[in-house]
Amino acid sequence: MGKLIEIRDLSKVYERGKQKVEVLHHIDLEVAEGDFVALMGPSGSGKTTLLNLIGGLDLPSGGSISVGGQRIDQLGAGALAKWRAAKVGFVFQFYNLMPMLSAQRNVELPLLLTKLSAGERRKRAAIALELVGLADRASHKPTELSGGQQQRVSIARAIVSDPTLLVCDEPTGDLDRQSAQDVLALLRALNRDHGKTIVMVTHDPKAAEYANHTLHLDKGTLVEQATA
Amino acid sequence: MKYLHLIWASLFRRKTRTILTLVSIVAAFLLFGLLDAVRTSFAEAGQSANGAQRLQTGSRLSFIQTLPQSLEARMAQVPGVKSVTYANWFGGAYQDPHNQVFSFAVAPNYLDLYPEMAVSADERKAFEDTRTGVLVGEGLARRFHWKVGDRIPMQSTIFPDRSGSKNWVFDIKGIIHSTDKKTSGFFDQMLLLHWSYFDDTTPYNRGQAGWYVTRVTDVNQADRVAKAIDALSANSDHETRTQTEQAATASWMKQLADIGLIVTSIMGAVFFTLMLLAGNTMMQAVRERTGELAVLKTIGFSSTSVLAMVLAESVLLLVLGGVLGIALAEPLIPLISHGSNGMLSLAPVGPGSWALGVSLMLAIGLLVGAVPAWSAMRLNIVDALARR
Repeated sequence: MGKLIEIRDLSKVYERGKQKVEVLHHIDLEVAEGDFVALMGPSGSGKTTLLNLIGGLDLPSGGSISVGGQRIDQLGAGALAKWRAAKVGFVFQFYNLMPMLSAQRNVELPLLLTKLSAGERRKRAAIALELVGLADRASHKPTELSGGQQQRVSIARAIVSDPTLLVCDEPTGDLDRQSAQDVLALLRALNRDHGKTIVMVTHDPKAAEYANHTLHLDKGTLVEQATA
Repeated sequence: MKYLHLIWASLFRRKTRTILTLVSIVAAFLLFGLLDAVRTSFAEAGQSANGAQRLQTGSRLSFIQTLPQSLEARMAQVPGVKSVTYANWFGGAYQDPHNQVFSFAVAPNYLDLYPEMAVSADERKAFEDTRTGVLVGEGLARRFHWKVGDRIPMQSTIFPDRSGSKNWVFDIKGIIHSTDKKTSGFFDQMLLLHWSYFDDTTPYNRGQAGWYVTRVTDVNQADRVAKAIDALSANSDHETRTQTEQAATASWMKQLADIGLIVTSIMGAVFFTLMLLAGNTMMQAVRERTGELAVLKTIGFSSTSVLAMVLAESVLLLVLGGVLGIALAEPLIPLISHGSNGMLSLAPVGPGSWALGVSLMLAIGLLVGAVPAWSAMRLNIVDALARR
């Protein structure tokens, strides 16, 4: 398979007041299309920073990131937003659903950025909810759903616009063991059956077992590459 | 439009707070509707088709200064003048000093210059034949349950009779029916008595007229006629100022109070308070939703879209409350007019008031939404998601 993500000499420096903190140091990384990669490492090792850079939420201080052949580090804010809308789905630890919208409306959100009709948006959101096993919960608000169900709604939202890449930041970090397994099984199915490339940050070695590869970050440097 | 449900849901995310803010906006725009009706009513006073043909001549010094009655004959000689009449303010009150009545002592031909006031021929004849006779407006008669034939006591707040008493007695001889809807609020409330009776009875007048009314032969010559009339008393101790009826009414009202300024000042204070209130609501609403706005940006909403959505939310809040407030003013205005027994004849909320109201809603909505929208636009996704 070809490379979907290609990172060269990537570094990221944050300025905290007068202090400069280099979070990532000269990282080189390639992720193949259709791969499922887990990023592990201690707190402060730079996992989320790397994930944010891959997802186009932040810009690097040095080096380059190409996703699907596109240099996203060279895109302006507007173009980057469009790129994210078209190419990336995001899954967060705390689900980040809109509390005032139903599950259906939450899933529809990314489709508001497309030219699809309201009917087509509803249809696609229903399919996504069906795929995560929550078709019967479409009209429920997030507060009426369990943590595991909310995370599945957020996965439906991440896949509804059929992105190439899913970036997941601790997707099971706030879930009980059973819900975590359900969510991970769902992510594996999306990877295996639907060809989604997934990069997942996790602290949990059991969660990492669902991935094809596990990358370890320590103090902003990739230290080891393991294959599942 | 496809973002409307999202904007609507965001607006009512905290229902109690939004509803309380909405109630404040409704109250502010209800007040705007009512005060604008007052302003419009005062601005439109004296504006009628017939009024355009009439000039009013009063003292250049003040509207309470009187003019010699001898001016009448000289004014009638001015080219372009068709007819002249005169009147005095009587300042009558019925039973209670609070029951003020628009009462004028008028010359015999006064009604001839006011086709807006219709009186039946019999009643007019009876009025002319009775020295203590008065004509009363339809609304006024209704207000005090008067009818033709009644003898009514009136108290002048200004003029006593020769014995020093301010109590006058009049005989109602006819009812004035207003023929012009626009000015009916005024004519409906009038009481007209004979100038000659007034002049003979009070020692305070002695052949003086409060003001003159002139009907011109050609409206286009009104300016020239006005100047010619004022030239009659130039450099005398009773210099005059002649204006169109509309300008005279406006100037008279301005001497009483600058209604426009009062209304503008009150509304300025109300809307300033409203801006602080709605601005605070929007700031809180956006601050609480920092994480949600960051998620919107994460999934691809541009900074400009987020800015537009927050602004739209703010404008929607103002428009919802504002439209409801002005719409509530619409049925209240006739109720207030009716409740005042015609003393207050408020103009209905017209297209002008709606246009001004909607412009204010949009302007205030944009103003109060500007700062939170700007913050939302500049929101850094990574910091917001990390709750930094």
